[in-house]
Amino acid sequence: MKQLWLTAKLDIVESLRARWFQIYTLVFGGIVALLFVFGLTESRVLGFIGLSRLLVTYIQLTMAILPIFVLITTVRSVAGDREAGVFEYLLSLPVSLSAWFWGKIVGRYIVVFAPVFLAMLGAVIWATIAGIEVPWDMFGYYTALLAVMAMCFLGIGMLISSVARSTDMAQGAAFMVWLVLLLFLDLILLGVMIQGKVAPEVAVTLALANPLQVFRTAALALFDPQLIVLGPSAYVILDLFGAAGYKVFALAYPAALGLLSATAGYLLFRRGDLP
Amino acid sequence: MIQFNNVAKTFRKARVLDGISLNIGIGERVALIGSNGAGKTTLIRCLLGEYTFDGTVSINGLDPRGNRTAVLGKIGFVPQLPPPLKMPVGQLIEFSASLCGTDPQRIHAIAKRLGLDLEAILTRQFVRLSGGMKQKLLISIALGRDAQVLVMDEPAANLDPEARKIFFDLLAERLNDATMIISSHRLDEVSALVNRVIEMDMGKVVLDDKVADDVSLTGTVSCRILLKRFEPAFAKALDGWRIASVDDQQLEWQGEIAGPDRLRFLGIVSRYTALVADLSLAER
Repeated sequence: MKQLWLTAKLDIVESLRARWFQIYTLVFGGIVALLFVFGLTESRVLGFIGLSRLLVTYIQLTMAILPIFVLITTVRSVAGDREAGVFEYLLSLPVSLSAWFWGKIVGRYIVVFAPVFLAMLGAVIWATIAGIEVPWDMFGYYTALLAVMAMCFLGIGMLISSVARSTDMAQGAAFMVWLVLLLFLDLILLGVMIQGKVAPEVAVTLALANPLQVFRTAALALFDPQLIVLGPSAYVILDLFGAAGYKVFALAYPAALGLLSATAGYLLFRRGDLP
Repeated sequence: MIQFNNVAKTFRKARVLDGISLNIGIGERVALIGSNGAGKTTLIRCLLGEYTFDGTVSINGLDPRGNRTAVLGKIGFVPQLPPPLKMPVGQLIEFSASLCGTDPQRIHAIAKRLGLDLEAILTRQFVRLSGGMKQKLLISIALGRDAQVLVMDEPAANLDPEARKIFFDLLAERLNDATMIISSHRLDEVSALVNRVIEMDMGKVVLDDKVADDVSLTGTVSCRILLKRFEPAFAKALDGWRIASVDDQQLEWQGEIAGPDRLRFLGIVSRYTALVADLSLAER
């Protein structure tokens, strides 16, 4: 455990000094600041006003930015260190491979999740000071959603990073994964359904295998519990899970996907040549 | 203590190690020499458990890959190329010392002996240090713990003569309790440090020989050089070895060099052979 925390600390300190982290923090802090500046708490859309409106907008923006940010920066982790020749030295020190790999994940997770959460927490603190009502249920669920979103894409990023032998290849693969997930949100699925080649249930199942879609649907479900905006797909989802069940699924599935990907990445990392 | 048994390593279709079998005992100081691509670094990485390979490697009966923490806790390693670590020097020391279960002050003490003031650079990124500073720090980390095996890849390459002399002293202090494997592509760089030479070529051991062990690691050699004429470039080279001129015309030069460094020193002098009227080296 000591080795794991030492490695995690190492990754945190390195990340805090890295430019990507400064930009990342600036982006999420900036989003919340801009949402306040432009008076989003005063606007009313779909019956949402105050901080709930801000949180809905924030999570929509986060869903667009966080996955690609996490993927691109994480894939550099193992592949980049290997390519730069860091492994030859650091892995000659008496640290177990599990402590090293999972320590890097823990460190990176803290660094990735903290700015996103702190920006949201900052909004809540500001709202409390300004006397704006805080929707604690929504805040709690969105926090959990962001936590599993970070876990999911971190795990996928570590898997890609373990497979790729160079940073360029890792970044290319990460971008492709993100693009495929993005396309499967609507474009390809809609095309498949329009052609009538597959049953709607199959198309919805495919959509629900996509963590990006799972997050999007879960975020929608908070202010549209019947998922009316999704159209007929809502019937399949709600029949399958129920409203509360889907909320649980939206947390459990991406978390499991992230953990499985990370575990697969670890097994590959442990099996091959390290430097 | 260290056993390589029919170790083979192939990258794609290139066979980099081809059935290496070696036994290295306690207290042996081995020069691992060979040209670039001979397989030295690959062999070292197999020893450190960093590569998968065919055959077996064991240190005190333990497989370094399967027992990483136990095995690597006993190995001090100095790589040929310092890693491009962005972490601050202080954190690298803290990280290494914690993993190795040693007191960071031991690392500080060795660095100080090598002429590296760590207090002044604790917050500086490792990658921003000079080549010599990096080398001194990595040597300090490797020697600042109770390692039974020291694996060093061209360890003195970036050190100035004075730091090399101290480095030899530090190695001399570990002669009785550590096995050393010193890799180099040139024997003259390490010949005085070792009592066994293993030469590799094309992934095979082509020479495995014991060598005379008469040179004291802590000894010094008095040196006197008489020049035919003054040459600024040679004067600068001698100055780097702390050999000073003793006459106004700067034709006679005297000083002391570390005993194990004599071959390296003669290599430098050989570049200016035509200028040398007289040369003497005397052990002290």
